[in-house]
Amino acid sequence: MTDTTPALRLENIVKTFPGVRALDGVSFAVLPGEVHALLGENGAGKSTLMKVLGGVHQPDSGTIYIEEEPVVMTNPLEAKSKGVVFIHQELSLAEELSVAENVYLGELPRKRFGRVDWKRLHADTAAILDRLNCGFGPGAIVGELSIAKRQMVEIARALTVDAKAVIFDEPTASLTDAEKEVLFDIIRDLREQGVGIVYISHRMEEIFRISDRISVLRDGSHRGTLITAETGEDEVTRLMIGRSLDLSRNVARTAPGEVAFEVRGLSCEGLFEDVSFELRAGEVLGFYGLVGAGRTEIAETLFGLRTPRSGEIHLKGRAVTLHSPVDAIRHGISLVPESRKEQGLVLGMNCRDNITLPQVDDLTAGPFVSDGAEIAIFDQYRDRLDIKTPSWRQQVGNLSGGNQQKIVIGKWLAMRPDVLIVDEPTRGIDVGSKAEIHNLIRELAAHGYAVIVISSEMPEVLHVADRIVAMYHGRIMRTFTSDEVTEDSLVQAISGLGQDSAA
Amino acid sequence: MADVSASDGTALRSVGAFLGRHGIVVAFGLFMIGFALTNERFIDMDNILGVIRSSTILGVMALGVTFVVISGNLDLSVGSMMSFSTIVVLDLHERIGPELAIPLMFAMTMSLGALIGFLVGYLRLNSLIVTLGMLSAIHGLTLTYSGGQNMDIADQQATWFSVFGQGRVLGIPVPILMFVLLAVVLATLLAKTPFGRKVYAVGGNDVAATFSGIPRARVVFMTYIISSFCVATAGLIQASRSMGSQNTVGQGMELEVLAAVILGGASLMGGAGTVFKTVIGVLILGFIQNGLLLLGLEFYVQYVVTWIIIILAVWLDIAVKRGRLWSPIA
Amino acid sequence: MRRQGLARYFRSGAIWGFIVLELIFFTVAGAFLSNSDTGFLDPGNMLLLLKQSAPLGIIALGMTVVMINGNIDLSVGAIFALCAVVMLDSMNWPILAGLGDWAIPFAWGLALLTGMGLGLVNGLIVWKTGVDAFIVTLGAMLGFRGLVFMYNGEQPTYHLNWTMVDIAEAGIFGLQTPVLVFAACILGVWLLMNKTVHGRNAYPVGDNREAAVNAGIRVGPHMVWNYVLIGFLTALSSITFYSASGSVNPNDGMLYELWIITAVVLGGTKLSGGRGSVIATVGGIIAIQLMRKGLGFIGADTAMVNLVIGSILVLVLFLDRQLNRKSKQDLRI
Repeated sequence: MTDTTPALRLENIVKTFPGVRALDGVSFAVLPGEVHALLGENGAGKSTLMKVLGGVHQPDSGTIYIEEEPVVMTNPLEAKSKGVVFIHQELSLAEELSVAENVYLGELPRKRFGRVDWKRLHADTAAILDRLNCGFGPGAIVGELSIAKRQMVEIARALTVDAKAVIFDEPTASLTDAEKEVLFDIIRDLREQGVGIVYISHRMEEIFRISDRISVLRDGSHRGTLITAETGEDEVTRLMIGRSLDLSRNVARTAPGEVAFEVRGLSCEGLFEDVSFELRAGEVLGFYGLVGAGRTEIAETLFGLRTPRSGEIHLKGRAVTLHSPVDAIRHGISLVPESRKEQGLVLGMNCRDNITLPQVDDLTAGPFVSDGAEIAIFDQYRDRLDIKTPSWRQQVGNLSGGNQQKIVIGKWLAMRPDVLIVDEPTRGIDVGSKAEIHNLIRELAAHGYAVIVISSEMPEVLHVADRIVAMYHGRIMRTFTSDEVTEDSLVQAISGLGQDSAA
Repeated sequence: MADVSASDGTALRSVGAFLGRHGIVVAFGLFMIGFALTNERFIDMDNILGVIRSSTILGVMALGVTFVVISGNLDLSVGSMMSFSTIVVLDLHERIGPELAIPLMFAMTMSLGALIGFLVGYLRLNSLIVTLGMLSAIHGLTLTYSGGQNMDIADQQATWFSVFGQGRVLGIPVPILMFVLLAVVLATLLAKTPFGRKVYAVGGNDVAATFSGIPRARVVFMTYIISSFCVATAGLIQASRSMGSQNTVGQGMELEVLAAVILGGASLMGGAGTVFKTVIGVLILGFIQNGLLLLGLEFYVQYVVTWIIIILAVWLDIAVKRGRLWSPIA
Repeated sequence: MRRQGLARYFRSGAIWGFIVLELIFFTVAGAFLSNSDTGFLDPGNMLLLLKQSAPLGIIALGMTVVMINGNIDLSVGAIFALCAVVMLDSMNWPILAGLGDWAIPFAWGLALLTGMGLGLVNGLIVWKTGVDAFIVTLGAMLGFRGLVFMYNGEQPTYHLNWTMVDIAEAGIFGLQTPVLVFAACILGVWLLMNKTVHGRNAYPVGDNREAAVNAGIRVGPHMVWNYVLIGFLTALSSITFYSASGSVNPNDGMLYELWIITAVVLGGTKLSGGRGSVIATVGGIIAIQLMRKGLGFIGADTAMVNLVIGSILVLVLFLDRQLNRKSKQDLRI
């Protein structure tokens, strides 16, 4: 950070949509050779800011400077040509094409008659791949590469221009640990080459590892920029949500009851091995581990969506076989799935119909669905979960993330399950709703539900769970009680370092 | 964040909110008034009954396809399946009489529907290609069955078979009664029963439906059974109306049927549409044809008019949803 | 990874394996069942097969391009007929009739312009309105057919010009004009899809439209060009076919779209776009034509042809799915 001319600077960016002031005078600067983290809750304005930077939206007022030159960008390509490059969260590669064609997508070098200049294309790409130290050549077909390698292609794409600033939008979402390290190495390389880097992520731990400074957005305005080395998670969190969030350990536990659910030696080809645990009524069991550790797959197996190779599932002491979600639901198991929009909700349907969907067969008067019975259930769970919607007729696609998640939870509470499995209950929802959902989970346990919470956020499992199962590579490494768990031991266990001593 | 930055967004939305929900009904009303003003014969009761009567075969098939489309699939085989059922029922009539011929024909047609339902529902094959293949295969089956010959009922006086196509009850043609009855039953099934709700859920998001304990495969299977039942009914009306048939009587109807369903506002993505709106779509197609004929134009002018109307209807629907008239694609 | 590579290899080679199987089957079966003196593999018979493949094949090349970039065109049958009507009718116009044989290039030019114009209409609607290509071209299939009828009512349109027939039936080394045109089109479209920027861009446009937009590919005009291309190829197909026959019925070309899509899908092009090969489409067309001819050769009728081709289409879809399944790691959905 010797050079003091910012690679990229935003000054007083304002952007309004009908009824919403999405960005309210945002200013911040990225220096060359700096990793600048951008943090904010969903809806804080991060994505709008990125769209303004990428030329998708035009700001109402304010200026963008690249190396102190004011610029106007009208589309992503123009932004790129001016040295602002995006690495998107969702990969945007054409699988049938070669690495080289993907790297130069949209700007393939031409010869006469619109022909592709293959020689130049491959030479240029090879040069970039060398810089990144990739284990594949320009001719490889992208569809045959692993996810991490595809992400490298995506990064290689950013290096085709003389990038002044590279913006990473949640780049680690689908990476394994080892792959993440490779990505961090690449980011450090870029930094050494004097590129300014904007790093957007929800993962506090990553941000503290990789960034030099942190800027926080809240409600469309810039709440401050902190130097990473001089701050801590508390301060950042406070800026992000406007108050400090109490994610202390939960202490008030109810005494667990009978064993409600028991899994013995459950295995599934290539996904998880020899998983055993028991769960008591009134207890919250946390499943903690890295993405890809097999937690979601266990939940899907327990909900009848996957065929286990071996193992037994006992409900209230009785062995059951689950061939489909229909079976699971009949046995009193419910699953709030990981992906709200893809797996949890029919977005085009209204709130009421989504909540009553699993039991619509039973809410009948004669052969017809009973409107009254359905509305009664909707009203009950709207009140209980404090779902904010103008009426039951509202399409769930129009609700906020937090309210959508409450609809999914309400849908399964309405089934009065014995065992409730919740997979990533607070992913992508605002802090307020997050706390509500945590309280709700504790409350359910207090009412005698047996609950499994799968989460990738350590504070979350520490906060809500009575016992925590640590998973690594498809195996249970250790089961902690809330008394004995420490953050260190948990991290060790999920990294494969802990001792294999099942509780 | 939803893209609402278009300047023409709000104006279009407020007008569009209403039109989006009832646009097809409004269009139909305007259309009828327009024709009625230009030609007084148009609103003649006999004329209206005539139009509905000639729309029944298309209409009955469209009722079934509505279920398939709402569940997120396509059925391009209904045209050749209708030819099949027509030929089969006529042939069986000559061999074993109408009492046995009709149920046997329904069973044969619906087993074809079951086959498609199995392939699309349980094996999860792409419905466009499966039904495209079945279009060809069933056509071949029909030709094999008939040996390429036209079918006729030899002694037309000796049978009550003509009642489905030509009979009247209380002065109303039987085909219209069958169409209305089927429409009411299927509309109720779709709008009021748990099964109907599941059809919408599967079409809206089949993964989420599965995660909610809805047997996706069985629901899809049932939509094809319903579709083939409707096709068999249409074949019965067709056979009974003409008391004879060619092997190609339903050729090309699959796309007209689909046009009617889309005109009624069902989305090819699944999850949207109603039986009532499909009926309106069918009637619009019927009345366009009739109105243009009354204006002295040839039948084929309706093709061009249908083309324009389909695109305008779907365009309007999309424009309202995205809040701007033109596609944002550069 | 390896499984995927294997499936990919199988997919690309499968259509040719299938053709070889057909050839063997019909040669052997023909020896017992056919009344013909010559064998199925008789060169004359094979050349005739190529000639008969040409009209559908030329259009199928365009369909491959349109499907790779994620769209579809259901209106080609109607375009095929309309181009023929324009071509044959224009030669009766006083202004062209006076030119004698020089009317031919003008008539052909008009037909090509018609095809490209209709493609342009489809493409612009798809681009500008954002309505799904399936619906747009489904509507156009009706609309363009209406235009065919409006042109000349239910009467056939005809014009016989012997020079034109001679050109259409001419040939070098026994290869007749349609075969040569088909071959030229294969070469042209192959070069387009494998060697040019436009062709390479078709894959990302079909695979991931949003990514293509973000990469700065002008997706809208790209799609329009491909519709113009399929219009052009359809017109070309129409010209090669009707220059010889000299007469077109208003119902000609009906259901062509279904045959063509069947061939393209048999060749392994993905319905949702992003994957496909021009050469495999040629294989698909030849496979279908072989099936038609072969079944005829061993005495089966058109009924059997329809039945078999329809069943094969479903079977191919089933096999493709089985090969591409990640087996036990799949969710039961």
